[in-house]
Amino acid sequence: MFPNGISHYAIGGMVMGIGVALLYATTGRPGGVSTFFSTAWSWVVRTPFFRQTAFLDTRRWRFIYALGLLLGGLLYLYSGLPVALSHVPAWKLALGGLLIGFGARLGGGCTSGHGICGLASLSAGSLVMVCTFLAVAIATNWAFRMLGL
Amino acid sequence: MAKGSAFLDTVGTLVAGLLFGFGLAVSTMIRPESVLDFLSFDDLGLLLVLFSAVAINLLVYQLLPRIFDKSLLGGAFQQRPFQLDRSSWFGGGIFGLGWGICGVCPGPAIAGLGAGNLDLLIALAGIFAGALLHGLWAARRQSMST
Repeated sequence: MFPNGISHYAIGGMVMGIGVALLYATTGRPGGVSTFFSTAWSWVVRTPFFRQTAFLDTRRWRFIYALGLLLGGLLYLYSGLPVALSHVPAWKLALGGLLIGFGARLGGGCTSGHGICGLASLSAGSLVMVCTFLAVAIATNWAFRMLGL
Repeated sequence: MAKGSAFLDTVGTLVAGLLFGFGLAVSTMIRPESVLDFLSFDDLGLLLVLFSAVAINLLVYQLLPRIFDKSLLGGAFQQRPFQLDRSSWFGGGIFGLGWGICGVCPGPAIAGLGAGNLDLLIALAGIFAGALLHGLWAARRQSMST
């Protein structure tokens, strides 16, 4: 079940949790990530959808939060901890990314919004969404392996 | 918001994101292969990561609003605006499809780029494009229904 050990999973998950908890404790904001990708467009796209108050009012902190995520990764890179290489074909990253971006926005959140904040809020809707993410992703992964992709 | 409080708000948000990103890197979830290994049941680590992160926040989200009127810097404790309906459920399915194809989620894509995986720029371009398409499509759908 855990061929690579469990400690880095437990510790990493705790550090992630402390980050999300810090945002909530200091500012009261649930720390979902995916809305950032819509609010970022509000700086360049002038259609009413992208100019909605919910985006204009939150785009600044969402940008700072995303910047923090980037810096967190960078800090890890320079911390001397092991970094394993990754080789996922570009077409999978492009196609998967497109579906993730569209789906997360239509679905009102991603693995951080529904998965961490939604479950921590005991939201039944978020639980349904997390189960949907998992079931569809497991089935997709299985189908791709069957097809040899 | 007072000036000092706005500064602390920025610092708090930045540090929160930084811890989140660092934790994602420690847990190896920034590596798409770690997610794909979970989806094929070869390594269930992702569940442990999710469990640890949720356990801490379950305490914080449930207890803090019961003990304090407001957050530390004075903002209200916000509820996530979410309504489960057919369209959002369908969105979750599309997200799962993309997640199953590439093993990337929005947070790990950003943190993984920071940790030097430049391939994730492709995934991030896809996510940005998907969010744009969603916005244009949602506006069209709304204008047709009214």
